[in-house]
Amino acid sequence: MRVPLEWLSEYVDLSVVDDAHVLAAEFAGIGLEEEEYIGPDVTGPLVVGRVVTAEPEEHSNGKTINWCTVDVGESDPRGIVCGAHNFGPGDLVVTALPGAVLPGGFAIAARKTYGHVSDGMICSSRELGLGDDHDGIIVLSDLGLEGAPGEDAIPLLGLDRVTLDVNVTPDRGYQLSMRGIAREFAMLKSQDFADPADIDTDVPNASGFPVVLADSAPIHDVPGCSRFTALTVTGIDPSATTPFWMARRLLEAGMRPISLTVDITNYVMLELGQPLHAYDAQKLAGPITVRRARAGEQLVTLDDVTRKLDPEDLLITDAGTGEDGSRIIGLAGVMGSAALEVTDTTRDVVIEAAHFDQVSIARTARRHRLPSEAAKRFERGVDPALGPAAARRAADLMVELAGGTLSADATEAGTAPTPRVLEMPADLPTSRVGVAYAADEVVALLAAVGTYAEAVAGTQDSGTVLRVTVPTWRPDLLTPVDLVEEVVRAGGYDRIPSVEPQAPGGSGLTAAQRARRRVSNLLAARGLSEVLTYPFTSQNRADELLLPQDDERRTMVRLANPLGEDRPLMRSNLLATLLDAVVRNTGRGFKDVAVFEAGLVTEGGRPTDGPGPRFAPGHHPTADELAAVLRSVPAQPFHIAGVMAGHIELPGVLGDGRRADAHDAIDLVHRIAVANGQSIRAESAARAPWHPGRCARLLCADGAVFGFAGELHPKVCENLGLPARTVAFEVDLDALLAQPDTRDWDGALSTYPVSRQDVALVVDAQLPAGTLTATLRAAAGEELEALEVFDVYTGDQVPEGRKSVALRMTFRAADRTLTADEASALRQKATDAAAAQHGAEVRS
Amino acid sequence: MSEPSAVDPTPIDPRDDEAVSAAVDAALQAFAAAGDLEELKLAKIAHTGDRSPLALANRGIGGLDKADKAAAGKLVGQSRGRVNRALAERQGELEAKREAEVLVAESIDVTLPSARSAQGARHPLQLLQEQIADHFVGHGWEVAEGPEMEAEWLNFDSLNFGPDHPARQMQDTFFVDPPEAGLVLRTHTSPVQSRSLLERGVPLYVVCPGKVFRTDELDATHTPVFHQVEGIAIDKGLTMAHLQGTLDAFARAMFGPDSRTRLRPSFFPFTEPSAEMDFWFPQKVGGAGWIEWGGCGMVHPNVLRAAGIDPDEYQGFAFGMGIERTLMLREGINDMHDMVEGDLRFSARFGVNA
Repeated sequence: MRVPLEWLSEYVDLSVVDDAHVLAAEFAGIGLEEEEYIGPDVTGPLVVGRVVTAEPEEHSNGKTINWCTVDVGESDPRGIVCGAHNFGPGDLVVTALPGAVLPGGFAIAARKTYGHVSDGMICSSRELGLGDDHDGIIVLSDLGLEGAPGEDAIPLLGLDRVTLDVNVTPDRGYQLSMRGIAREFAMLKSQDFADPADIDTDVPNASGFPVVLADSAPIHDVPGCSRFTALTVTGIDPSATTPFWMARRLLEAGMRPISLTVDITNYVMLELGQPLHAYDAQKLAGPITVRRARAGEQLVTLDDVTRKLDPEDLLITDAGTGEDGSRIIGLAGVMGSAALEVTDTTRDVVIEAAHFDQVSIARTARRHRLPSEAAKRFERGVDPALGPAAARRAADLMVELAGGTLSADATEAGTAPTPRVLEMPADLPTSRVGVAYAADEVVALLAAVGTYAEAVAGTQDSGTVLRVTVPTWRPDLLTPVDLVEEVVRAGGYDRIPSVEPQAPGGSGLTAAQRARRRVSNLLAARGLSEVLTYPFTSQNRADELLLPQDDERRTMVRLANPLGEDRPLMRSNLLATLLDAVVRNTGRGFKDVAVFEAGLVTEGGRPTDGPGPRFAPGHHPTADELAAVLRSVPAQPFHIAGVMAGHIELPGVLGDGRRADAHDAIDLVHRIAVANGQSIRAESAARAPWHPGRCARLLCADGAVFGFAGELHPKVCENLGLPARTVAFEVDLDALLAQPDTRDWDGALSTYPVSRQDVALVVDAQLPAGTLTATLRAAAGEELEALEVFDVYTGDQVPEGRKSVALRMTFRAADRTLTADEASALRQKATDAAAAQHGAEVRS
Repeated sequence: MSEPSAVDPTPIDPRDDEAVSAAVDAALQAFAAAGDLEELKLAKIAHTGDRSPLALANRGIGGLDKADKAAAGKLVGQSRGRVNRALAERQGELEAKREAEVLVAESIDVTLPSARSAQGARHPLQLLQEQIADHFVGHGWEVAEGPEMEAEWLNFDSLNFGPDHPARQMQDTFFVDPPEAGLVLRTHTSPVQSRSLLERGVPLYVVCPGKVFRTDELDATHTPVFHQVEGIAIDKGLTMAHLQGTLDAFARAMFGPDSRTRLRPSFFPFTEPSAEMDFWFPQKVGGAGWIEWGGCGMVHPNVLRAAGIDPDEYQGFAFGMGIERTLMLREGINDMHDMVEGDLRFSARFGVNA
């Protein structure tokens, strides 16, 4: 809401304000946050000039200019070239002299043009920021202004005024008017408030323009139009123009002057907050009927857009050439139709001042994307008592400014509102705010915001109870806590003391929260950088990752309104978006990139068939209802993924470095598991987007798969522009953390010496080392403390299709020193098992 | 056995005090003159070897008269002792010298780049969320979580946003297709308020840092995916004063001991009274001043009712603020792009400690 301070001063004593910036801060303190301070943007010298001579000169470019001399109060007139022709000698004009700066930083200087030295500029409205609908320059008499040559034109034209643009929160519709802002100012400065809506209104009579309220489908049982006031003004002068003061205020308030009749309706809306509509009475046919739209109806609105109407849209109609209600003349409270607008030939006007339902108007404005000034006010709540005063105020202005005559006919359809009465314990503000408000102070503060409170006898438990009458312009005050906000606001938020509450004491971070931090810190310590990518992806990315058509990761949740159709899906895996961060970094010149991301992914598929249930605000769902809500939300497990491209050991003066390979990715997953007390195992897997021969499936102790790691498929690297041999892992941390802790601990560490036995086993070249070691481990028993593969050999020394796996077995007993014979026997047991299960031969 | 010798092997009379003394002096001089262990080895052979004057003198004692034997034995024995001690001392000195020389020779350039692997980093937004969680955990609160794709009822209705509530228009919400599915990407961390109230009950003191979504295009100051921290405290007797106290302590934790907060009236459907919160930023560029930080207020009775809690018995407050904004202000980051693009240089600035 733009608040021109000059306009505000009509209702309150603004002389108490020295600095508009301070006022802006004070407004913020009562909830009117400053959006913009619109200060003067013309600096002088800008003076009144009297045109002495104006000689038209035709120039070779075909333009005719006026070579003028202008008296600006100096000893000699100044010579000024002017391109406009709507003035002549004797006229008072506005002259910018060299040194003046006009809006947009336009600096005026003496300059040579058209063979003259032009020693200033005669200004148009547009050049002074006073509007854009005048072709010619300003002639003061046209604006009804007077002045003397040399007089400072800045105050004369109000170019020194300040407008504060303040943000009005959606609950406070009353603040979208000078009336509402003035009321807030009066509260702020403890001034008396004279309500501009407090004017004599007309007594409705049967001869008023007929209006029928025929809402057959109220939304939430609230009639679309509760009250409709209409007045008729006849015989207005179509040539009458909007006076300068009104046009100026409209412009300051951010509205463009259009024509006197329309400007008056807008002016009264800004002044009182009641949207008005003016119809050309000659074009209206039969009664105005307010009704809902019917299926298939259309309307061409004022902005020349043909709109398909929804049966929920509330309409203003007349009879047109058919039966009552057959012609649509407006979307109620939102926008009128082009057909019945007042024009420059309109002489008789019907003024509509109606009250429309917030919800109905909000839905229509949203549906048709028409956030008009009227709709903005109705959907936030207009004072339902305001119609008669607003209609009369507009009619009075039409009489005063356009020479019209107010008809004695007055229409009033619907019912006048009754003020709401709330009861509130007098100590409620104190118990909610923590400021000790005495009961009489609460009454006074509530009076300051415009409500009326009186103490009534309460019960012994409740103490003093206040009965609060809420004025009709505050439809947002519905419950006692709404009144509490008014008390603390009027009393000042700065009175709230600062007291730290004593929480009963929590149990710290959860195990999962600690595990997430641990894993992220582990990866950072291993040289990976954490990134946060947007979770939006596409089937195209799934193609690039070579995901099979039936891969579960292709089932993704689609957004109804994605930012871009190229990425309308929610990621089902982190790599789908994390790999972009690698590409971005290599594109920016990094050769070695190691990144990770920890976050949620969304499992696809509908968890439930129907929509998730919704309940009205304040409704506590039953256990079943709540379960249905929670069930409707897709599973979103917490994943961690990492990608390494290039060197993991950096090359340089210290050595040649080493490129990351599949084992680095697999190792990180093992470390993640160990850090969380899990022992996991790897088995070879063929899984996109990994290289089918260099991918490990990682399994928890109970065999549950919780991730994959390895080298990416060469084709995936090519598709995405990743460095060749990029490696990656992705694990479901939730799945890992759901496992029981597998660390075993039998109470004490054995301090007996170890016995080491080395053995080389020749096995089938395809046998995974992990399978062999699992067999050996199982057979050797619990005295096998460690089993290490220290070499794998294929070549001349072993048969074709076989490989030699060199192992070191470390034995230690809990209760004694193992003899060499005992250790050898354990080794033998292990290798016998390997021979039996895998055809392993001990290599001599 | 013949031994190399630089010393005249003329025998010394073990009774000749002067000659023995001269042999000792010669030995001491030779040891002192030895510049390294090799030279000392030669001097050792010459002065303590089998054919050294003192060894020969020692051998000569056996042929002396019984009367002379004791005195000569004492003289030669003490002299050899002196020589051996001097030798050991010099040996020690030269060994220490050699060790020192070896260490010098083995010195390296410690200013060479020492990193064999890349410096990893946490994302500062995550670190800041952890710091915030730690602050509140330290005050006895707990950290709650919720899904990012959320039921519409939890994101809006349970928080007193009715379907036609004007504030619902303020939210630029991502809806899951089809929109009737009743699923959204949460527009704030506030649904965790409802989840916590429903799951944990009261009294309740929790914070929820997390990711939220609005349909804004990425530019210098907007991003469709960002982070908030939400706090809610519900107990008997909590007031706006406790809200103010909680925020003041939080501001001090984030922006230093001189920071504090102030409240201004505002509107949110899930709080009444509602407030905008500014914090005093002592390090503000161009001078200390107030900075908008977030929204807060006393939890609306309808939010408590939706969770089955009696608003006449329990009451409390909630607040929420943007993590990105907090980080930008604290670290002087000007462009949102830097936080979302994953450029290694950005996180490297923060390492593992934002």
